[in-house]
Amino acid sequence: MIATAKPDLVTVNIDGQEIAVPKGTNVIEAARLVNVDVPHYCYHPKLTIVGNCRMCLIEMGMPAVDPATKAPVMDPATGKQKINWIPRPQIGCGTNVSPGLHVRTTTPMVKDAREGVMEFLLINHPLDCPICDQAGECKLQEQATGYGRGYSRFIEDKNVKPKRTQLGPRVTLDDERCILCSRCIRFSKEIARDDVLGFVDRGSYSTLTCFPGKKLENNYSLNTVDICPVGALTSTDFRFKMRVWFLKQTNAIDTESSVGANTVVWSREGTIYRITPRRNDEVNDTWMADSGRVLFKAVQAPDRLSAVKINGTDSAFDIAINAAAELFKANAGAVAVVGSGRSTVEEQFLAKQLATALKAPTYLVSRVGEGDKLLVSADRNPNVRGALVTGLIPTLPSAELVDLGAQIDAGKIKVVVTLGEDLAAAGLNAGQLAKISVIVLGTHANSMAGGAAVVFPTLTAFEKSGTFVNQQFRIQKFLKAVPPIAGATDDLIVLAKLVGAAGGAMLPTEVYALWKSIAAAVPALATTTFANLPETGQLLDATPFLALPFVEGETLHYKPAQHVVAAANA
Amino acid sequence: MNLKAETLSKIDEVITHYPVKRSATLPLLHLIQEDIGHLPPETSEWVAAKLELEPINVLEVITFYPMFRQKPIGRRHIKVCRTLSCALVGGYKTCATFEAEFKTHLGEVSPDGEVTVDFVECLASCGTAPVVLIDDELHEKVDAAKAKQLSDQIKAEAKKR
Ligand code: SF4
Ligand code: FES
Ligand code: FES
Repeated sequence: MIATAKPDLVTVNIDGQEIAVPKGTNVIEAARLVNVDVPHYCYHPKLTIVGNCRMCLIEMGMPAVDPATKAPVMDPATGKQKINWIPRPQIGCGTNVSPGLHVRTTTPMVKDAREGVMEFLLINHPLDCPICDQAGECKLQEQATGYGRGYSRFIEDKNVKPKRTQLGPRVTLDDERCILCSRCIRFSKEIARDDVLGFVDRGSYSTLTCFPGKKLENNYSLNTVDICPVGALTSTDFRFKMRVWFLKQTNAIDTESSVGANTVVWSREGTIYRITPRRNDEVNDTWMADSGRVLFKAVQAPDRLSAVKINGTDSAFDIAINAAAELFKANAGAVAVVGSGRSTVEEQFLAKQLATALKAPTYLVSRVGEGDKLLVSADRNPNVRGALVTGLIPTLPSAELVDLGAQIDAGKIKVVVTLGEDLAAAGLNAGQLAKISVIVLGTHANSMAGGAAVVFPTLTAFEKSGTFVNQQFRIQKFLKAVPPIAGATDDLIVLAKLVGAAGGAMLPTEVYALWKSIAAAVPALATTTFANLPETGQLLDATPFLALPFVEGETLHYKPAQHVVAAANA
Repeated sequence: MNLKAETLSKIDEVITHYPVKRSATLPLLHLIQEDIGHLPPETSEWVAAKLELEPINVLEVITFYPMFRQKPIGRRHIKVCRTLSCALVGGYKTCATFEAEFKTHLGEVSPDGEVTVDFVECLASCGTAPVVLIDDELHEKVDAAKAKQLSDQIKAEAKKR
């Protein structure tokens, strides 16, 4: 008999391999752990189990015991305990492990079951893979390769169903391709809490529908496209734009809030086509907001800054650095650095070095919105905590640069270096702006870039690598997905050169190398390197910052500290 | 929704029969159909509000069961059995006779408003095939001749009104 390893672990046998898995694991997940694939459609690890597609059928058995004495029944041929196999296939998704459970996935019965299910699923399927966006990442296509018969025995007419229903502003539905797995329905109900999808009619006429007069328009609607195992739900934006197998996948982080949802950026030849979520069970599970999926459009936006400028005239990079150096020299002791919660940890570290070299005060601008309790938090800066950890700022930022304004009014600050922040939007008035020279590092035109003394066009998060520290104090890395647009320079290069211009030591301008300096200078990051940072991020010690009144409310996998909750309720 | 006071009180009463309100979906739909004759479009939202569900949950149920009607029907509902036993002994002819007598097509309201003819699955009286259910009354061994006779009877009653 198989002994149970630990009280909360259950030992099972899958295709002859024994493995101890936590109680409550189902057969699909247990099999995954021994690299056995149990094909499935309706099962999704983050949704309730309904067991309606029947693709995950397996053969199951339990060790035999004598009904009277409860003694194990031995098989004389093998000398091992006999297994009583259930004569009918069982669903793997709906079967939780129990001690001694035996599973077979390679027997003729299982093969027959899979082939039978596939044949029924394909009866009414339009087989329009050549024009289907899902081709290449379609579970039906994959399983048909494994378990399809290759030709059809169906000689009747296929059902005709609506081919291009707009379920909402971002999702298009092809009902003929739907295999009625109900994942999208369960997602809408259980995760997005917007129960608008359902099946009407029945049998082979069952049709996925949005309730008449309602729309699938919540900010999570595109997750239904991600989890639809076939090409029934497609993204209206991505539809017919690109075959998925041509796309390069780059791991990234959603920059829209301090949640830091893990994402994949899909690009080809320097152009980004879509952003999808990447599973991180500690942060975003398998989801992300629709609003985070369009951020890549900023890369090719017409208002991108692409020319180095001095006083509004095109210039060259080195000349501009010299111009900055002269401003620093002429105004020694009267420079301020406005950092950004949108900058990476690396950039914030360099901004801190710049401020140190200049003996300059540092500021940050907060961006607060309403949290949606799921994956968009109230703090719309992705990396305020990075600025705390790197010591760029000692406390939480406010939305307006009131103190900086006062310093300018008092004539104490004459030069401001801003890392992408629009100082006018952050509360400096025209009079104050007229009194200062501004050095801008920025990606897009704003009210700053026009009147600035020096402008350095820099990179969007899609064109560079770096790290952000999310609301959980989890440091997460993202990688460069596409090459920078012409004329823009990596923020790290600009910052390192400015540090040099300010008389500081020359620092590395490349993330991997820079991390040595970061680890040496920032105790909290002493053991971290960019290369070794796990894909799912690494939790940093948050204790030094526990007393700060962070703005975030509860979101998925995040609970605000008790004193913050108390203050909010007061 | 324009429901009779009596229906409304039955609805409130029937909800109390179940541990969860959702379970009252089917009984509510039956009561509404009995009252109005069919389930008008606003039914899903009305029932959903009553049972603390989302309208799509109710629409799924309405469309799943063929016995729920989303459109009005004639004064009488003639259901002719189409399943094997009845089909073997002339059920199709019976059905065609009703259609011809009332100049109507399956599922439609006849021009005189008297009937809607439907061709339905087994009515569980296979031994006396072909069978026809007119509203709640079962008619056995309805061959074409008997179908004609039943039709005449309905028309005669209509004239009397
Ligand atoms: S649309 Fe896709 S996810 Fe929704 S039920 Fe159909 S196959 Fe499943
Ligand atoms: S995955 Fe098990 S029944 Fe669909
Ligand atoms: S087949 Fe007609 S009643 Fe059963």
